[in-house]
Amino acid sequence: MKRTENLLVLFAAVGSIVLGAALSPVTARAAELRVVASTPDLGAIAKAVGGDRVDVTSIARGTEDPHFVDPKPSHVVSLNRADALVEGGAELELGWLPRLVESSRNAKIATGAPGRIVANAGVQLLEIPTGPVDRSMGDVHPGGNPHYLLDPRNAVIVAEDLSRRFAALDASGAETYRANAAAFTSDLKSRIQGWEARLASLRGAKVVEYHKLFEYLASWLGLDIVGQVEPKPGIPPNPQHVAALEAKMRTEKVPVLLATTYHPSEVTAEIAHRTGAAVATIPTSVGDGEGNTSYVAMVEQIVTALAKAAKSAPSATPAPSTEGH
Amino acid sequence: MNLAARRVFRALCALAFASFPLAPLAWAEDASSSGSGGFNWTAPIRVAGAGPAYLNLSLDALFAVGTSSEADVTSLELGGHDPSQRGFTVQNVEVVFDGAVDPYLRGAANIIFQIDPEGETVVELEEAYLVTQSLPADLQVKAGQYLTELGRINSRHPHQWDFVDLPLVNGRLLGGDGLRGPGARLSWLIPLPFYSELIAGVQNSQGETAASFRNENEGEPLYGRIPEDRGVNDLGDMLWSGRWASSFDVTDEQTLVFGFSGVGGPNATGANTHTQIYGADLFWKWKSPRAEQGFPFASFTTEVLYRRYQAGAFEAEPEDPEEPPLVLPHETLDDWGLYAQASYGFTRGWVAGLRGDYVDGETGAFDPDPDRSQRVRVSPVLTWYPTEFSKLRLQYNLDRVEDRAYDHSIWLSAEFLIGSHGAHSF
Repeated sequence: MKRTENLLVLFAAVGSIVLGAALSPVTARAAELRVVASTPDLGAIAKAVGGDRVDVTSIARGTEDPHFVDPKPSHVVSLNRADALVEGGAELELGWLPRLVESSRNAKIATGAPGRIVANAGVQLLEIPTGPVDRSMGDVHPGGNPHYLLDPRNAVIVAEDLSRRFAALDASGAETYRANAAAFTSDLKSRIQGWEARLASLRGAKVVEYHKLFEYLASWLGLDIVGQVEPKPGIPPNPQHVAALEAKMRTEKVPVLLATTYHPSEVTAEIAHRTGAAVATIPTSVGDGEGNTSYVAMVEQIVTALAKAAKSAPSATPAPSTEGH
Repeated sequence: MNLAARRVFRALCALAFASFPLAPLAWAEDASSSGSGGFNWTAPIRVAGAGPAYLNLSLDALFAVGTSSEADVTSLELGGHDPSQRGFTVQNVEVVFDGAVDPYLRGAANIIFQIDPEGETVVELEEAYLVTQSLPADLQVKAGQYLTELGRINSRHPHQWDFVDLPLVNGRLLGGDGLRGPGARLSWLIPLPFYSELIAGVQNSQGETAASFRNENEGEPLYGRIPEDRGVNDLGDMLWSGRWASSFDVTDEQTLVFGFSGVGGPNATGANTHTQIYGADLFWKWKSPRAEQGFPFASFTTEVLYRRYQAGAFEAEPEDPEEPPLVLPHETLDDWGLYAQASYGFTRGWVAGLRGDYVDGETGAFDPDPDRSQRVRVSPVLTWYPTEFSKLRLQYNLDRVEDRAYDHSIWLSAEFLIGSHGAHSF
């Protein structure tokens, strides 16, 4: 009995020390809304819409595979203090976000709460399976392809939705959110035309991608995705599949191979070398690469990478003009 | 039908019953959401899954095959889910249920099937608990049957381990099945700029899942004494536990988590004997900023446990009347041990690891005692994950039990997971 008492005393002591620390003032509240975004591209749009009224933290890093994020304890702390959580949805964050939200004990961001913002609400998702789905098909997302922010037209939808959702949480900022979203979307819309013009030569071009990731980009720019380096979503490439893919790329004269910074570059470089295609390394999120600090900067870099690849591949343009080097 | 088979049958009935009421809901959802075909007889019935569902259901099966220079494998492997014999072992076939109960509670249960070396199927209700979702002041209550949050590995299930078997110190001081039992605990996420959590709980102190406490050990001697149930007379006869854990992101790529735990309660070797166990644990992880499916990464985990066990006075007549009677005094037995392990996920799907184990106890009146002798083990391991839902693992153990020759064991284990994708914990 005595020992048990000692143990209780020990924990009471630790508890009181921590309690003392806890009651000392934490940081003063500066912003009206504390927003946590699951990925930095969502974070960038939330910041553009919220401006100075919001304080935005992103969980995933721009350079990592957003399906495999470590649910670090520090994320629990961010979520605990959040007024809103912006997530991509469509099972993008399934492997790590639910546990974090539960640990955060924050009713404001519970499923269905006003502060829980699923950003794909207004977006037309691609590749929603119509037939049976199981894991023998690889990592197929039953809710549809979640990488919709690679099409800037979807960013317009997300920004407008965020301005409404932020206004519902912070009514006095409604006008600011609406104005910020309007500025962001009109800027984006005017740039979209320029980007489309720069990549007009790629319209209709056949491309190959590493992972099923660029469907929205392809749908925006009119690219024709004819294959993936992965035999099935999430399944690592094998020699037979790669050989068949290379044969296809040679026969169909595929000019561009779409890659990311987190998939193995030696594999894509090898395939490009053997087939004459050019690798376009596409930043898949804000924060992926130098200078990639806003949503517009990200799309700018994507367009530049595609334009460069299109130029450097001799068989690039579907039109017969072969000005290559 | 024998008892075990009846238990299995009952569990399967429960499982079928649990999934049945959801099927009509899943149909309704299919019919309303698919614009083109409506209801489709050939489409699989979505009983439970990660999408809109009332219940997430999964089955995780873990098997091992291998051999050891020691014929009695259980004298080397202390964990209840470790390889238990030369040849094949069904380590752990786990059914996991989990879902929101209502806006205030989440419920979860883990039911484990095992086949023991005699070929009998064993069923364990490993965990079944509720967790509150919306208590004020950053508090959270967990109640039901659950694994005590003592250190890192005790509250993790076998398929979450980085090795084929349980660390020696956990098997010896917390028991082969881990420290768990019915009870309730309160956790507080301390409002600090960094992660800091305080947990205090109370659970029942008896049974084989409270091995260092009111464990009758099926009437077999413990540290020379035949344990006896002494019942519960006051609050001090319950199992009280506490933990404080904190975490820091050292850099964007590196995270450190550390914790201190303690647990205290009565034990079954005397009328007024108690046990306390104290532990400290540390976890460090580095993950590449350009991680593909979480690789590459490196991690290091270590846990130290120390136990004070008051053993009661005991006298027993010897089996051989020529021998003197066994007389053991009231004494305090000090035991301690640690493990340290490093894992390196060097490329997508591949992890190499190394673990060192050490346990020792100060010699008591009952000597020699294989349950308290010094032991050392070194275990290199290589794991391959073809996908997140399957793995193959090869491990070699070099064991040294005090005064015995070295023992060599080699184990290959395989795991598969079907059903909903559980979220990972850090």
